[in-house]
Amino acid sequence: MEKLLLLGDEAIAQAAIDAGLSGIFAYPGTPSTEITEYIQASKEAKEKGIRSNWACNEKTAMEATLGMSYTGKRAMFSCKHVGINVAADPFMNSAITGVNGGVIYIAADDPSMHSSQDEQDSRYFADWAMIPVLEPSNQQEAYDMVHYGYELSEKFKTPVVLRVTTRLAHSRAAVNIRRNARKQNEIKLLDNPKQFILLPVNARRQYNELIAKQEGLENAAMNDGFNKYIDGKNKKIGIIACGLSFNYLMENFQDEACEYPILKISQYPMPVEMVNRLYEECDSVLVLEEGQPVYENKILGLLNKGKKIMGRIDGTIPRVGELNPAIVGKALGLKVSEGLPIPAIVAPRPPKLCEGCPHADTYRALNEAMEEHGKGHVFGDIGCYTLGALPPFNGISTTVCMGASITMAKGASESGLLPAVAVIGDSTFTHSGMTGLLDCVNDNVPVTIFILDNAITAMTGTQKSSATGRIEAICEGIGVDPDHIKVITPLKKFHAENVQTIKDEIAYQGVSVIIPRRECIVYANKKRKDAKKQ
Amino acid sequence: MKIDIILCGVGGMGALSSAAIISKAALGMGMFMKQAETHGMSQRGGDVQSHLRLSDKEISSDLIPEGECDLIISVEPMEALRYLPYLDKENGWVITNENPFINIPNYPEKEDILAEIRKLKNSIVFDADKIAIELGNFKGTNMVVLGAASKYLKIDIEQLEKAITDTFSRKGEAIVESNINSLRAGRAVADKL
Repeated sequence: MEKLLLLGDEAIAQAAIDAGLSGIFAYPGTPSTEITEYIQASKEAKEKGIRSNWACNEKTAMEATLGMSYTGKRAMFSCKHVGINVAADPFMNSAITGVNGGVIYIAADDPSMHSSQDEQDSRYFADWAMIPVLEPSNQQEAYDMVHYGYELSEKFKTPVVLRVTTRLAHSRAAVNIRRNARKQNEIKLLDNPKQFILLPVNARRQYNELIAKQEGLENAAMNDGFNKYIDGKNKKIGIIACGLSFNYLMENFQDEACEYPILKISQYPMPVEMVNRLYEECDSVLVLEEGQPVYENKILGLLNKGKKIMGRIDGTIPRVGELNPAIVGKALGLKVSEGLPIPAIVAPRPPKLCEGCPHADTYRALNEAMEEHGKGHVFGDIGCYTLGALPPFNGISTTVCMGASITMAKGASESGLLPAVAVIGDSTFTHSGMTGLLDCVNDNVPVTIFILDNAITAMTGTQKSSATGRIEAICEGIGVDPDHIKVITPLKKFHAENVQTIKDEIAYQGVSVIIPRRECIVYANKKRKDAKKQ
Repeated sequence: MKIDIILCGVGGMGALSSAAIISKAALGMGMFMKQAETHGMSQRGGDVQSHLRLSDKEISSDLIPEGECDLIISVEPMEALRYLPYLDKENGWVITNENPFINIPNYPEKEDILAEIRKLKNSIVFDADKIAIELGNFKGTNMVVLGAASKYLKIDIEQLEKAITDTFSRKGEAIVESNINSLRAGRAVADKL
């Protein structure tokens, strides 16, 4: 046994290496990125030949995960919560195919939206697909659950979701590591050759099998040790504490034991028998969930005619945002300590584009070129350049999901809002912008698409971009007229020239692509530092 | 023994490096620790913070409960104020550099910020930049502030020096020495008060 100081993300990655992983497939996304990065940087993973390059997007990543599992090997997929939306198709259907080699899908949720556009709870998705979920309450559990998750996956031939949230993903603690690393699985094809052929005739059988697995999975959740019933004398309230919320609960009981019965939940499907015991023995139930009220809703039911259920729905806990010790303490009517208010003079310091960022020069040129057309014509996307929505630029009017800049500009253009301009990053373009561009070309819609090429996936901390060196070829291949693919250099000294190019392309009544190309300043500095080291 | 610390500043000012050094020192002493960090979007020129919890017993929450933070260590004065809801208002200390980092148009007057800090029961606010520059350690403000805070840290300064040596040894002896000198100079400020 060895003790390492690890982020929750890193504990997951190290566990996967130790559990005989053959490959991880992922697209960067906060707070999940460090899992793949850890494996990429691990000497041990390299020696073992564990594959770990970034994928174009979550859908391609998850399908490749499934392909590796098909061969009998253990595979991991990792993404932030909204990445599950992108991978929803393979996600839902892999529940029905089941797996061969063990599969763990990491879903890193972001309650309070520290770095995200929503706070969707991946447990909904898993429940919908009937995929079991493990939800660690600390870094050690995260490590242990990866080992357990692969066993569960191979035993029940199902993918397993490991759900973490920002606080666990990005918090460090000492973790006990098992150093008797398990060997990787050999290639071994399926016992049932039809398992992955989801023709209706097979899918119907597989779907019934999926439903039949649920009882065993629920029994595992009840008996395998991650869910615990901790009895208490005071039966006025029974507490269901899911995942990380268990820690916030315990923080309120440092000096004495909690007087109420607690059901600690870290594995789903929720063991109904354990929930029923708590419900029967207590006068009311408090449900603590980090994220959305997934199980509170289920226990409440549509009619809410049973005992009092407290949580996010009845307002005992705030409806949105992550939990903390004080929220949980107040929900139990405990006296919680308070600090001082933030003085009124303290001003917010929102994130902003870095000093010297190429996107800033692009926005300056774009804003000037767009001045005569007024506001509301520029559609944004997800990346550092989303910060162009804030002062001083106020340069974009939308940010919805990966790739939506191009397709929303298309819809607006077809609605008659002209000019229509899209702003998308290089990595986001190859993530899910390419198909939208093909739609534009096929309909020959007048749009001007900026593909901001800074040579890296910058927002998540400079990961390799799938687009580097290929953007013009991709655009030409999709059918954009080469005369309307313009590369500009976003620098002050080319400002006037760039404004003119932009104006010309905006005036063009077809699909045009402008590629402002200059390396991300953070990445450039990092490269310089790395070179110095060598 | 238990100590809850918030380290804060603006992205790139070294608040998280200080957290790593304290963690290393605490682990060297066999303590339990949890350290929550900010990653992702907020790092881009925005405020950054780390909740660092040390204890001789197992720690539950990754976040410090409001009103229970023993020590706010900040490389920027307005950022120190942002976390006052966490501070133990009777026994907690705020140790901060006094020089604003201004990257927003509506940054308040420096004097108003410092006046708010001086209202606190326990604080040390001083020109850590000046000390770092005098020592030729231009990026060493965080180490000077950490030095001043070390008085209230319940961790021996030798342990911190050892952690600094561990952290910077790859970069050569001169960098190690410069950072240790910065740490000591910061400590001298706190000891004089």
